[in-house]
Amino acid sequence: MEQQQVFDKVIAILKPFVKAPEALATVSMGSFIVKDLKVNSARLVDVVLEIEDTFGIAVADADADKVKTVGDAVNLIVKSKS
Amino acid sequence: MSERDRRVVVTGLGVVAPNAHGAASFAGALREGKSGIRFQPHLAEAGFACCVGGIPEGIEALEASYLSDEERMAMNRNMVYAAIAALDAWSDAGLTRSSAEGGDVDWGAGAIVGTGIGGIDTVVEKLAPKVDAGKVGRLGSTMVEQIMSSGNSARIAGLLGLGNQVTTNSSACNTGTEAVVDAFLRIREGRAERMLAGGSEGSSKYIWAGFDAMKVLERRHNDRPTEASRPMSATAGGFVPGSGAGLLVLESLASAEARGARIYAEVLGGYTNCGGHRMGGSMTAPNPSGVRRCIQGAVAMAGIAPEAIDAINGHLTATFADPHEIASWSAALGLPPAKMPLLHSTKSLIGHALGAAGGLECVASVLEIFHGFVHGSLNCEDLHPDLTAYADRIVHRTVERPDLQVVAKASFGFGDVNGCVIFRKFQS
Repeated sequence: MEQQQVFDKVIAILKPFVKAPEALATVSMGSFIVKDLKVNSARLVDVVLEIEDTFGIAVADADADKVKTVGDAVNLIVKSKS
Repeated sequence: MSERDRRVVVTGLGVVAPNAHGAASFAGALREGKSGIRFQPHLAEAGFACCVGGIPEGIEALEASYLSDEERMAMNRNMVYAAIAALDAWSDAGLTRSSAEGGDVDWGAGAIVGTGIGGIDTVVEKLAPKVDAGKVGRLGSTMVEQIMSSGNSARIAGLLGLGNQVTTNSSACNTGTEAVVDAFLRIREGRAERMLAGGSEGSSKYIWAGFDAMKVLERRHNDRPTEASRPMSATAGGFVPGSGAGLLVLESLASAEARGARIYAEVLGGYTNCGGHRMGGSMTAPNPSGVRRCIQGAVAMAGIAPEAIDAINGHLTATFADPHEIASWSAALGLPPAKMPLLHSTKSLIGHALGAAGGLECVASVLEIFHGFVHGSLNCEDLHPDLTAYADRIVHRTVERPDLQVVAKASFGFGDVNGCVIFRKFQS
């Protein structure tokens, strides 16, 4: 799966949790999920579950804890799928 | 006037009821005698003896206009009903919400929003299946906020930016009335300027099943839903389960006047107590002495003579207890049947909404005072024989009473707990 496809799907997963919808207009691999997109940090658990279901992967807690940016999530998925 | 004597008024109303959504619609439904009781196929499929109930209609279609996707995924019916009623009440009071991002906290505003059963539907439908399957890690982040008892008030605090006391009380069927009394006292004592108060209850078969098993739900009118809720009737066979939310914005008179708010009514007094499960009281039946003390406590605090009460919005659920309740009102007020206030039951229209009942019925009482009417009590044309002496005081069809001044509202709940609040038309 191309990185752009993964990126688009990650954004779609994040969208319901985003409390700063205007930030989605300029979202990039470097956007911080909590700080920039204003996703409630407690909801990162749900984001990871959605990623696991969408991409058919298992995300270890230690790896999930390292995800801070959209790019971190995309790279984790691409690596898991490769 | 000391801080303890501050006057408290009602400036906003929010209603999610089986027969209406919104204060204006609810007032119209009460006046028209519109029943919200319908046949509920899912109860029949589940083997309930009672297959009728009161469930608010059309709420799913409205949710997205009140709540974000992120909020809704962490809310059950109980919380959704409470949130919509809270947002409506706040707006109805002319108050505005501060921005969730960077907005101010209103330190003078709080919420006491109770529930009787709470998020048991979330426990049964979402939590237990995954836990039992060994999939705790798949529960996600939203379980706790849906099953914690304070889930409804906590969500409201976030929606409105409340900074005063925010809590969820629970005293079974007395819950909503108790919340109004406690919020009234908090404002009266100067600890808050305005409080959302009342109760909410979801509409789940899991909430209602235990009552059906106790055989306290009506079971003989499944084919005639609007006739099923029969308070004060000789053929009353139990209560009809209801659901929804009824919330009031209570506010200090000083605050209401300072911002030019519309005032629906004044709260004159309130009282709560427990019968101690003695002298005829038990987990499921009220001690008559406790009931009478509660009513007398509210009337004494209100500083009015019993004769000044124009109408009683009773607990009156349609069980064997209705005649006992009215006898207790008569004894507590020291009034013979012929001199009693007008008697009626909002449950005849919407069923018994458990933890939401007191809130919904307080809203009904306030609307009656504001608009000048007493709504009819459905389905008691065949009055219970023990109530014959009160026949002239029981309202079957809505009566216009532009001069309506004082309405007493009481609730009595499992646990032998009681609550009573006295509302009066506002006089400046």
